[in-house]
Amino acid sequence: MASLRSFLQCNFDILRKTFVILFVNVRDALNQAMDEELERDERVFLLGEEVAQYDGAYKVSRGLWKKYGDKRIIDTPITEMGFAGIAVGAAFAGLRPICEFMTWNFSMQAIDQVINSAAKTYYMSAGFQTVPIVFRGPNGSSAGVAAQHSQCFAAWYGHCPGLKVVSPWNSEDARGLLKAAIRDDNPVVFLENEMMYGVPFELSEEMMHKDFVIPIGKAKVERQGTHITLVSHSRCVGFCLDAAAVLAKEGVECEVVNLRTIRPLDVDTIEASVMKTGNLVTVEGGWPQYGVGAEICARIMEGPAFNYLDAPAVRVTGVDIPMPYAKILEDHSVPQIKDIIFSVKKVLNM
Amino acid sequence: MQKMMTLISNVLRGSVSRNAASVVVSSRSYADFTPEATFDIKKVDLHRLEEGPPLTSTLTREDGLKYYRTMQTIRRMELKADQLYKQKIIRGFCHLYDGQEACAVGIEGGITLSDHLITAYRAHGYTLTRGGTVREIMAELTGRREGIAKGKGGSMHMYTKNFYGGNGIVGAQVPLGAGVALACKYLGTDQLCVSLYGDGAANQGQIFETYNMASLWKLPIIFICENNQYGMGTSVERASASTEYYKRGDFIPGLRVDGMDVLCVREATKFAADHCRSGKGPILMELQTYRYHGHSMSDPGVSYRTREEIQEVRSKSDPISMLKDRMLSNNMASVEELKEIDIEVRKEIEDAAQFATTDPEPPLDDLCSHIYANEKSFEVRGATPWTKLTSHS
Repeated sequence: MASLRSFLQCNFDILRKTFVILFVNVRDALNQAMDEELERDERVFLLGEEVAQYDGAYKVSRGLWKKYGDKRIIDTPITEMGFAGIAVGAAFAGLRPICEFMTWNFSMQAIDQVINSAAKTYYMSAGFQTVPIVFRGPNGSSAGVAAQHSQCFAAWYGHCPGLKVVSPWNSEDARGLLKAAIRDDNPVVFLENEMMYGVPFELSEEMMHKDFVIPIGKAKVERQGTHITLVSHSRCVGFCLDAAAVLAKEGVECEVVNLRTIRPLDVDTIEASVMKTGNLVTVEGGWPQYGVGAEICARIMEGPAFNYLDAPAVRVTGVDIPMPYAKILEDHSVPQIKDIIFSVKKVLNM
Repeated sequence: MQKMMTLISNVLRGSVSRNAASVVVSSRSYADFTPEATFDIKKVDLHRLEEGPPLTSTLTREDGLKYYRTMQTIRRMELKADQLYKQKIIRGFCHLYDGQEACAVGIEGGITLSDHLITAYRAHGYTLTRGGTVREIMAELTGRREGIAKGKGGSMHMYTKNFYGGNGIVGAQVPLGAGVALACKYLGTDQLCVSLYGDGAANQGQIFETYNMASLWKLPIIFICENNQYGMGTSVERASASTEYYKRGDFIPGLRVDGMDVLCVREATKFAADHCRSGKGPILMELQTYRYHGHSMSDPGVSYRTREEIQEVRSKSDPISMLKDRMLSNNMASVEELKEIDIEVRKEIEDAAQFATTDPEPPLDDLCSHIYANEKSFEVRGATPWTKLTSHS
């Protein structure tokens, strides 16, 4: 099995051209996106802990250092505030850095550089100084990594004007959004998910094209439905689709909206869906208070879709606690498919 | 009789020059002045360096007049800002640079405009030396549409080509500067980046992180600590276990320089620039300087230091006086000529202040602009759900 996998990896390009539809896992989608963008634009480079010689802590940057060398793939010491600042400064001076945080939890060491140096500069300089930088890394809960390594930062970064915040779910999202983020002239916070790295998805020939980009700020309706809208981002999109499959057997057709972007939020797509279905449940891995779901509900309240609601909008979220370690506790700290099904039935008064 | 004539002609000359502001009136031709002179400058303290900058500096008349004018412009501009602040025409934060002029001017004398520079919030002087005009700086302080950042940035957020501000968060500018230096190296130019910070910021962890990476990767960066003895209200002895800021880079070679002498600063900067451009990596300069004002306009600056101390520095070490004395005693300029420059500078500042108080404030249409670069216009939520504003790139 291992030899088959390595055979496939070595001969990836040949296979890619041979088959029109390919199964690509999220990790490889991210890897290829970075590879293609590094090749396309000399100013793009990657820096972070273990990104070069270790091939990436989660192997997302596998092979890139071998191909591009020390100048473009840079291993940093364990000094987030320093290297994030260096990355932003390089963006000021005309390069297009990809700054990896080993996990977004460590970005808290550097959050001042992300917000005060990157996000706000274009505004403060009245359009004089651009900051074409991508910050990326795994976000949210993983498996058994406990409280300090499991936080979701979508709400924190989504709060700040000047940033774009993107949260891909599948390989298509990962590939198209990362390419878009690297080509974007603005600071982009790119929230990956470690549990999704190894999950394969179909990618069409069109999606494998070198210039395949997904517009930042547009949500995607992953599944059409008529009775209720489920809005989600990242890994939870998959749970929503699983819940929708179960509910379909009971005659409930869920429309599943994959946000893809946290900021700017695609309110229009959400509103159109709610105006169609009349019911809304948001699903996220992060904590409830002041979260992504809270924002969506507030926007629905303030907009035209409110009048179409047949019941109050409701949020399914991570439990409002630091993440525990023991498996049974961890399983009960995150939204599960049964929680989504339960909430849908409550909202629909079933 | 001869003495009488000289006296009268001097007086007349003086009054003529006051009325003809744009014309330098002098009965002596420029051929009478010394075109250049060499001055002894203070020896520099060295850290991990075998030799330092030269002990003498050759100043041309042209450069001398240029430095004098620029330092005087900074001085007068800052004093005018003080005045406007007290009249509440400038609001918020205002950190003045008077006393430290030799640093900004001397540094610029040792690099070129194609090099890069970044500093903290005491930035008005650098905005000028890096190519900003007094007009656009003052209009930014008063928050007007012709301000260098269109009124969106204010005192601490002024930018111009190869000048990355103006940064409000203490210490954050240092890694940013190293990033700029990384870009210089990456793009294969022989440009460098000067990254400034104060004695207060010198204890920031991110600065030590930057020392490490700059050294590892041999970035063309000159770290400069402007030690004006006080981090806000805290003297250096109360803040730092080691006040030898030029040594704090540890493995990075360092120089401690008299920051009140523009020639000292210039020679040290040239030395440091050569070090960087020869691929040796970073170097650190500590400039010993002094600010006459308090930390900001809300700090009178006398609760943690004595008026006598301030007065002593003014009378013994003022950077502008030092340059003026040097030039006059070496016949490199005349008293009248320098007075003429003073008058021109004063006028420039007055005009700029006038402009800065009459230029209109930015249009409300601009409120939400400049969120994203190169983006279609989009809607921004206002203070209420019904307030829909538009953002333009």
